[in-house]
Amino acid sequence: MAGDPLVEVDGLVRYFDVSPPLLNRAVEGAGRRIVRAVDGVGFSIARGETFALVGESGCGKSTVARTIVGLHAPTAGAIRYRGTEIAGRSAGADVAALRQRMQMIFQDPYASLNPRWRVRDIVGEPIRHNSLLPDRASVAARVAELLVRVGLSPVDGEKYPHEFSGGQRQRISIARALAGEPEFVVCDEPTSALDVSVQAQILNLMKELQRALGLTYLFISHDLAVVYHISSRVAVMYLGRICELADTETLFGRPRHPYTRMLLDTIPDLEMGGRDREPVAGEVPSPINPPSGCAFHPRCPYADARCRTERPELKPAGGASVACHAVEEGRLG
Amino acid sequence: MTAIARLRRTIARVRDHDLWHDFTASRITVAAAAVTLAIVLAALFAPWITPQNPFDPAELDLLDAFTPPVWAEGGDWRFVLGTDDQGRDLYSAMLHGARISLLVGFASVLLAAAIGVTLGLVAGYSGGAVDATIMRIADIQISFPAILIALLIDGVARGVLPRDRHDELALYVLVFAIGASGWVQFARTVRGSTLVEKNREYVQAARVIGVRPAAIVLRHVLPNAMGPVLVIATIGLAVAILTEATLSFLGVGVPPTQPSLGTLIDIGQDFLFSGEWWIVVFPGVLLAALILAVNLLGDWLRDAFNPKLRKGVAR
Repeated sequence: MAGDPLVEVDGLVRYFDVSPPLLNRAVEGAGRRIVRAVDGVGFSIARGETFALVGESGCGKSTVARTIVGLHAPTAGAIRYRGTEIAGRSAGADVAALRQRMQMIFQDPYASLNPRWRVRDIVGEPIRHNSLLPDRASVAARVAELLVRVGLSPVDGEKYPHEFSGGQRQRISIARALAGEPEFVVCDEPTSALDVSVQAQILNLMKELQRALGLTYLFISHDLAVVYHISSRVAVMYLGRICELADTETLFGRPRHPYTRMLLDTIPDLEMGGRDREPVAGEVPSPINPPSGCAFHPRCPYADARCRTERPELKPAGGASVACHAVEEGRLG
Repeated sequence: MTAIARLRRTIARVRDHDLWHDFTASRITVAAAAVTLAIVLAALFAPWITPQNPFDPAELDLLDAFTPPVWAEGGDWRFVLGTDDQGRDLYSAMLHGARISLLVGFASVLLAAAIGVTLGLVAGYSGGAVDATIMRIADIQISFPAILIALLIDGVARGVLPRDRHDELALYVLVFAIGASGWVQFARTVRGSTLVEKNREYVQAARVIGVRPAAIVLRHVLPNAMGPVLVIATIGLAVAILTEATLSFLGVGVPPTQPSLGTLIDIGQDFLFSGEWWIVVFPGVLLAALILAVNLLGDWLRDAFNPKLRKGVAR
């Protein structure tokens, strides 16, 4: 992998308490209910690369993203940015300065822009908050420059978000993220709310900005085609854990984990016409009460007794890292 | 720059503003604003545009009592709208009364909104124990009728203060009593909007940028939670004026020497069946017109401050 790690995530755990209120627990005798959204996730992202997290809804990929940017505090584990711990108790005072270099692009372009602010105020907020520029005139000039950069016009700054289409709003969102002069951008399903034709435009814009500004992306998506297009490395998540981590070419060329194979089988493609595809069997189990052993075993055609009792760890397997007993034992090539 | 040039520029800016276009496009709103403005101005300048000071016993003559309006038989040009049982000129008494009603109404709604919006924002954004405490207090308070709380506060004030001091402070006590009983609605509404807004992605975006919670609440959440507040405030204004009238009717409001609109209606009600209809009808019509106009303005404001509802503004 080229470059030194910019972001390192180590044993990240995030639980959510969704217990009924104290009174209900006492009266109904119900216990606590804990959602294990993220249950021990570790990876590192090199400077300049695009690292993708993929998985079905509810697998915890968005929670990982939100924990990294500081919207959630981790229950356990460490997040290091340029080698400095930025989350949890051991976080230092210089974290705010580091966090400033970290921005986020959200999924829903209709909710991520304050409807009562003009676009110039929205885009200018990171500049004003961090006092990046000395006076109002230079902020205005910078905002105009950013709007042009993302393919909008400087006069769009006077408008309100509702005057724009979804794709244009996502461009505004990107301009806001760029205004903070970031080196690391977390993109939480930035294209999943957009039309397919607009998705391509936004992805190409993001790629172009990455080249021009040397950005590093953490890209969250459930859309494998999008991930294939944009990312350099991919981690597949299932029920709060990573089950396979590999270079994009390796993962898409030779998926090893049974879950990854199942996901890739769901991509429609022209050459596969007429051939039988393995249908996705079953549903994602509840993260409140995850299955024992390997979380994927109820849906896995290769599961055996060991899979039902012992939790597999990520282990290197032919250029990839795979958390699967069957792969490790050679039962599954 | 001269003052006149500056004024011209301000006027030009107002006329260019979206809100102004929006406002002039709706005739009902313009009419409502005109009525409200007329009543407010008349109330404000009452001492200069009325022939009599109804609060000064020396200007009243009991022999003038029950004079009918000028167009009715026995009318007197000195009393265009007739007089009440004390010989007060109704026209003068109405404008002076509207002054007190509006003063109490505005001040108590401002007080209620200030308390309610603050507590609602704090409860909604902090959540947890703070939220639970504030909202349980609100629950307890709302289980008492507002008028009862106002009576309680007024009663305590009456017990604590000597009589002449109380007459001086009666207006403040009224404002406090009505304001303190009206905050719950504001708090509940604002808390509800805050709960919705704080989970919206634009608030999270501000958090990622590193904006402090107080600034997020004031600059992101508050503007988006203000729409319903304006609507509640207008209805609250009407309710506050009516509450003030009720309290005055029960003898715990403004002193009878300084009748508000509500007090005048109440006085007139006693004589409605003996034929002196004007004492109740004129103050009643004024009060109804005022409340209707204020409500129409509130409706327009609600639409105007929501850019999504704004239609057909050319740019």
